Formats: sequence, structure tokens, C-alpha cells
Amino acid sequence: MGLAKRIIPCLDVDAGRVVKGVQFVDIRDAGDPVEIARRYDEQGADEITFLDITASSDQRETMVHVVEQVAGEVFIPLTVGGGIREVADIRRLLNAGADKVGINTAAVSKPEFVREAAGRFGSQCIVVSIDARQVSNADAPLRWEIFTHGGRKPTGIDAVEWAQRMVDYGAGEILLTSMDRDGTRDGFDLALTSIISDTVDVPVIASGGVGNLDHLVDGVLRGRADAVLAASIFHFGEFTVGEAKQHMAAAGIEVRL
Amino acid sequence: MSSIAIIDYGMGNLHSIAKALEHVAGRNRVRVSSERDDILAADRVVFPGVGAIRDCMSELQRTGLDEVVMDVARSKPLLGVCLGMQALLDSSEENQGIPCLGIIPGRVQHFTESIGQAATAGRLKIPHMGWNQVQQQGTHPMWRDIRDGSRFYFVHSYYVAPKADTDVAATTPYGIDFASVIARDNVFAVQFHPEKSQHAGLGLLSNFVNWNGES
Repeated sequence: MGLAKRIIPCLDVDAGRVVKGVQFVDIRDAGDPVEIARRYDEQGADEITFLDITASSDQRETMVHVVEQVAGEVFIPLTVGGGIREVADIRRLLNAGADKVGINTAAVSKPEFVREAAGRFGSQCIVVSIDARQVSNADAPLRWEIFTHGGRKPTGIDAVEWAQRMVDYGAGEILLTSMDRDGTRDGFDLALTSIISDTVDVPVIASGGVGNLDHLVDGVLRGRADAVLAASIFHFGEFTVGEAKQHMAAAGIEVRL
Repeated sequence: MSSIAIIDYGMGNLHSIAKALEHVAGRNRVRVSSERDDILAADRVVFPGVGAIRDCMSELQRTGLDEVVMDVARSKPLLGVCLGMQALLDSSEENQGIPCLGIIPGRVQHFTESIGQAATAGRLKIPHMGWNQVQQQGTHPMWRDIRDGSRFYFVHSYYVAPKADTDVAATTPYGIDFASVIARDNVFAVQFHPEKSQHAGLGLLSNFVNWNGES
């Protein structure tokens, strides 16, 4: 017995509203991030991640208010990613009640930002988000590269080397998303997840591709992830977080029940 | 009606701990304060903190709040949380060695050494991050209605090693069984974050609101 593997529902938030359709039969307002966060908390989520996809910078402040409200009534760790480019962005979110922030594009365009952020706020609240795609050909050894702009823009950076570099710079956790699997419901890229998990000393969150509960089990047992993140299987009420945990526990994985 | 002060010495965000305490405080007053008189006038005091121990100690000394913590530790219920727990020991090996408040004898150590020695541990990630079990050692009013072995949320790379076993109120397995909670007289300190530990955490904070400082 010991440390539990975590299940983390992820919510995409645009200008203060949850998008990509969240449906619960008994929810009043399916777009309200506070109400949805409260629901996941009741189901036993170990953390909640908000991805701010707001395009306009004037509406970024909206996310701060969302975090403030959620942190006022949901007492589990909260992570916010999306559009974080400056130390001031991090400070605003942490002061509002976020526990961790996810840095993605800014880490690629300016890696020193990760070092600066970790130095200022501590590694424990700096999550580096890595969006990776497989770039190797069928017969060649597996290789993945970092992509930015929602997985559209290649950077030529090797994903495994990048993950290690980000940890050296002070990342306290890696949120690893396979852009090949994201949205497919085919399961995590287990080869990618396991190689990154084995490479870095910090916890790795597997993300991208979850379509059923066995995928969560695979992410931990075969991908060796410390936590699994999923969106749609929870949003559409197919499975509750509690059901996911029961399923993982039945597979011999230690979870918080 | 009693009052609870949360010491604000510039180390991390106190929004969450204040909200969680307000959630369980009923009619008791909760306030975040950096004022010596305010803190000393409160019935109970929370000593939080995240970040690096060097910054923690230098901020405490710069603001003079180190003496306030020492004073509270002699006089009323004190709850140390995370870095606020580590600062209670004699010293920490973080940042090449930093002297701390010396309220509880012992030192703060990094996980790598002990985990390296635990051959059966397998590979353990650092920081120790997530929900782990808290095994209560003996009885204490702060454990009221909290099931032994309950999971709380941790995030840290250093842990406390008190000199006296009698100061250990709970242990948690991570390579070794480290002291996740220490208690002595009116001082109770936890390595995890009760404000982020859902029901178990709120239960502990609720017990603190009602604790008279006796063990």
C-alpha cells in the first residue's frame, strides 16, 4: 500500500464556460465550470485540470474568477493550463487558488521561462505540458517530436529529450499528451507514455485517447503513468470517476476510494 | 466564538487554506494576517507555507514573524502545514543546509537518500505527489472521526525526521515510513495539505477548530 494513482478529469474552458459538451443527466447548467468541478469532486476525482482555450486575452481574467469560485468550494488540487506566458499569469492563478499551472507553448518558445517559474514559485506547482506526435516511419525505431499550436506545428524537438530537459529546468510534473491519439478514443500511446515515465524522475500524467476504462488501467500498468487524465468519457456521463476507480482497483491498481 | 489566524509571511497562496477553514469554522472567525498583534490575539494559529525553506526562513526573520511562531508554539494550538511543518524542526538539508526554528528536535531530509536505501521500494518519483495513506500513531484529539489510514494530498521532496519517536503522530509509506504528522503538546503539524484533501482534510481542519491544544 502507498501512493495512489490519480484520476484527473480535464475541462476545456472558453471565456469562463466549459466547452466540448459536458452532459450529466442531473446538472442544471452543463457549461458552468464550478458546477461541473463540484460534480467531479463528489465522484472522487483526485484533481481537476482546467485548460483555458480562450482566444482573446481580454477574457483571460475570466479564468481567474472561475478558479477563485471553484477553489472556494472544491477542496482538491486544481491545475490550470493554457495561455500562460509570464510570471504574472502564474501569480494571478495561484493567488486565485490554483495549485499548479501547466506551461506548454511558452516552454517551447522560451525554455528559460520554466526555470524562472520554478525558481519563483517552486517546482511543485509547475507542470510542463508536452504535446507529442510520432514522427518515425514504420520500420524505424520509435521517435516522437514536440508539436505546438494544438498539434499542428512541428518543432523538430525530440519528445523524450525535451521531457528530461524540462525536468532539469524545474518542472515538477509532466502532462504528456499524444496528439496522435487525442480525440480518437483508441487509448493512450503506451510506448510514448512508458518511455517518458521511465526517463524522468517526476510524476507523469498520461493524456490523449481514452475511450474506455481499460485504457486507464493500461496507462498505469503498461504506460507506467503516475496519473491518468481524461475528458470525454466523464463528460458524457458514460462513466463516473468512481466507476473508473473501481475498475482500476479491480485491476490491482492502488487508488483513493 | 473563537478566532483562527493564518500567518501570512509571503510564502505562497493562502486563499485555499483560508477557504477550507472558513468552510468548517462555523461561527468562528478566520483571518489571514501578517500582523504580530493580530496573530497573538487569535485563539488558534495556522502556520502554512510552500516553496523553498531558505526563502521561508528569511521571510520569517525579515518580518519578525519567526518570534511570533515561537511564541504561539508555547502558548496556543498551532497547526503547521507543509513547509510550515518543516520550519518547526532544528534544520533542513534543503538549500545546502538552513537552520530552522528548533521547536521540535530533528531535521528535514531529502527523499533520495532514504529511497536509495530501500531496495524493495522500486522506482519512486520525486516530488512525492498525490494521495497517500496516513497511519496514525496512537490517539490524538486531532484524529477524531478520521479513519486510520485515510488518504491525504501530498506534494513535497523533503520530509521531517524528528529525533524523538514520541513526536511522531502519523507515518506515511514512501520508500520508507516517514513522519507525515508530528505532534507535541499544543503543536500539531502535517506534511500533507489538509485544504486539498477533501473530506479527510476538512475533517482534520474541523478538529483543529475545536482543539484545545491538549493531547
